[in-house]
Amino acid sequence: MRPLDENETTQVFEKLYKFVGNNLKNIVESPAHEGPDSSAGRYCFRLQKNKVYYVSESLVKRATNIGRDNLVSLGTCIGKFTKGGKFHLTVQALPLLASNAKHKIWLKPTSEMSFLYGNHVLKGGVEKVTENIVANDGVVVFSMSDVPLGFGIAAHSTQESRKLDPNANVVLHQSDIGEYLRMEDEL
Amino acid sequence: MAAKRKKNSRTKKVELPEDSDNSSDSKLQNDNLIEQEIDDEEMSDSDGDNPFTDDFLQGDEDEEEKGSDSGDESDSDSDDEDLEVKSRAIDEEREREEEEANAELQLNIKEEPDEFQLPTQKELEEEGQRPPDLPNLQKRIKEIVRILSNFKDLKHDGTKRKDYVDQLKIDLSSYYGYNEFLIGVLVEMFPVVELMELIEAFEKPRPICLRTNTLKTRRRALADVLINRVPIGATPEYMAGHYMLQSASSILPVMALAPQEKEKIVDMAAAPGGKTTYIAALMNNAATEQLSPGIIYANEMKEPRLKSLTANLHRMGVTNSIVCKYDGRELPKVLGVNSVDRVLLDAPCSGTGVISKDESVKASKSTEEIFKCADLQKQLILAAIDVVDATSKTGGYIVYSTCSMMIPENEAVIDYALRKRDVKLVPCGLDFGQPGFIRYREHRFHPSLEKTRRFYPHVHNMDGFFVAKLKKMSNTKPKKDTDAKIQKPNSINKAGEESQQDDGDQNKKENGKKGGVVPENGKKRSPSNHNSGKKRKFPAKKEIPKA
Repeated sequence: MRPLDENETTQVFEKLYKFVGNNLKNIVESPAHEGPDSSAGRYCFRLQKNKVYYVSESLVKRATNIGRDNLVSLGTCIGKFTKGGKFHLTVQALPLLASNAKHKIWLKPTSEMSFLYGNHVLKGGVEKVTENIVANDGVVVFSMSDVPLGFGIAAHSTQESRKLDPNANVVLHQSDIGEYLRMEDEL
Repeated sequence: MAAKRKKNSRTKKVELPEDSDNSSDSKLQNDNLIEQEIDDEEMSDSDGDNPFTDDFLQGDEDEEEKGSDSGDESDSDSDDEDLEVKSRAIDEEREREEEEANAELQLNIKEEPDEFQLPTQKELEEEGQRPPDLPNLQKRIKEIVRILSNFKDLKHDGTKRKDYVDQLKIDLSSYYGYNEFLIGVLVEMFPVVELMELIEAFEKPRPICLRTNTLKTRRRALADVLINRVPIGATPEYMAGHYMLQSASSILPVMALAPQEKEKIVDMAAAPGGKTTYIAALMNNAATEQLSPGIIYANEMKEPRLKSLTANLHRMGVTNSIVCKYDGRELPKVLGVNSVDRVLLDAPCSGTGVISKDESVKASKSTEEIFKCADLQKQLILAAIDVVDATSKTGGYIVYSTCSMMIPENEAVIDYALRKRDVKLVPCGLDFGQPGFIRYREHRFHPSLEKTRRFYPHVHNMDGFFVAKLKKMSNTKPKKDTDAKIQKPNSINKAGEESQQDDGDQNKKENGKKGGVVPENGKKRSPSNHNSGKKRKFPAKKEIPKA
């Protein structure tokens, strides 16, 4: 387990910024109450076996005596680096993203299952959308009961999407909670 | 009306059969009868009474007939005499019936034991060659059980109890698919009637249980959403981590553990994570910013199971966990001895309690396997005890649980731990459940083992389970039994039998309080508290009177 180096940190922050915008500050600097210390430490990112974990400092301290081969996970995994060095967010980051998301989209109940199978979001399935989405923004997908379902990339801006026909993609799927069942092994 | 009916039935038992007859004539006459005996007010109402009493005694055809006979005969005026005659007649009729019924019953009872005999050797051979005759087997099983449960009265002369039992074992194994070993063990552990209940209960699956994830939702809200959803394993709520499918028995050890906030907890065999996530939920409680949830170390030795463990932890939104892959026995070296507050050890076992989930257990277990499991469990429990810090302010507890019913894996392991380390059994906090065995055949266990709890499918409708909660009294590992004498002479605890025995009884200190600091010994112990990690300080500081 090691801290992220410059490159890696930039990549992670960039990806996160797409989804949470300026709330990134929140994520990085929020006081961390986990761990048995009474004073709140901070959160930090750590890299272990190409996966990036978002953990509180006290947790990190306690995990240091676990060997590299034996440590499997700590805190919350938010994504991983591919062989090509690119960083992808995984579904486990969802709670973190959802609470800080800038752009949200709510799905109709009928199209929930389709998204959870990994399909993109069609315009006909959208119940409501936050304003001012620009193309290629990160969007967090919610159900009508405000349960976060996953996240993706906006295909068009909000203005444009209004003019599209109901079968066009508005959000390109990146990750959803159905993966816990479909792709348990790859997480 | 109801009151009047009651009055009818109480005061005039005799009249009821008459009331119940269907002929309209007798009804009128009955009305008259009633009129004269009861108040006039009730005249009009008794019409209403009659149809009901008809229903009330509909089954009683004989009496109805009788009643109608007598009803026809009776005239309105000479009631008393008629009544007497009628009542006598009815009583006689009833008696006659009873006698006949009894006679029949006796006849039936007498017939059966005479009929049943254990099959002879020849018959058994023949049976062995034919494909198993299930109904016949079942009948024979039932018979033997009945005889064994009332052996003195019902046994067939010349056949010993052992013969019956042996035949029962053979029949049970072929009817239900058990191997000889397992059936033998079960027969020894339970009285025959209970054994049948247990085996029947194993044939059926236990009800599925859902645990709400309090980190993400509340029970009522979840219940509302889920009540209409089928199937229950793949709903969006499941994927969002609002609940966890687990068996009821798996929830028990965590309840016994009772983790507090800000504690360090180790789950030594954590996969697939049902208990670990419950621990996290209990520690977090309301997931607000103010509460500090502590740390959970989730350890699992087998790689494939680790994946489901991590997936579950993330799905349920557990953020304060560290997952590692170690053999549980190595954990004291890795985490350091005396470093955590509580440990949950849900030990790998033979699985004899969950036969309803996995039928292959019936035929695949043998003595060697049980003892191998027991061996591993003993080592694991010692490691678990070593990892816990006895001087922890809020903790110092170890919960040991298995999903097995075998004595060598449960009581024997706890007994071993009591002898090898300075720990004490405390009540689990689970008020239902049967206490563990203190003695079993030739084994004698420590009496405090009655604080452990056993759960059975036929009694509690959950998988067979065993839970024990230990409190670590001190951080020393006694080589001899000298630590038994550390107590000041005055502070002998109430359990006199626990003191100064040489049979490896380590339950010296009555440290029932969570504080972990005994008031009387407080002055002596607190310096060593601050030097946590130096285990050997303890005996060095105090003079251990080797009495």
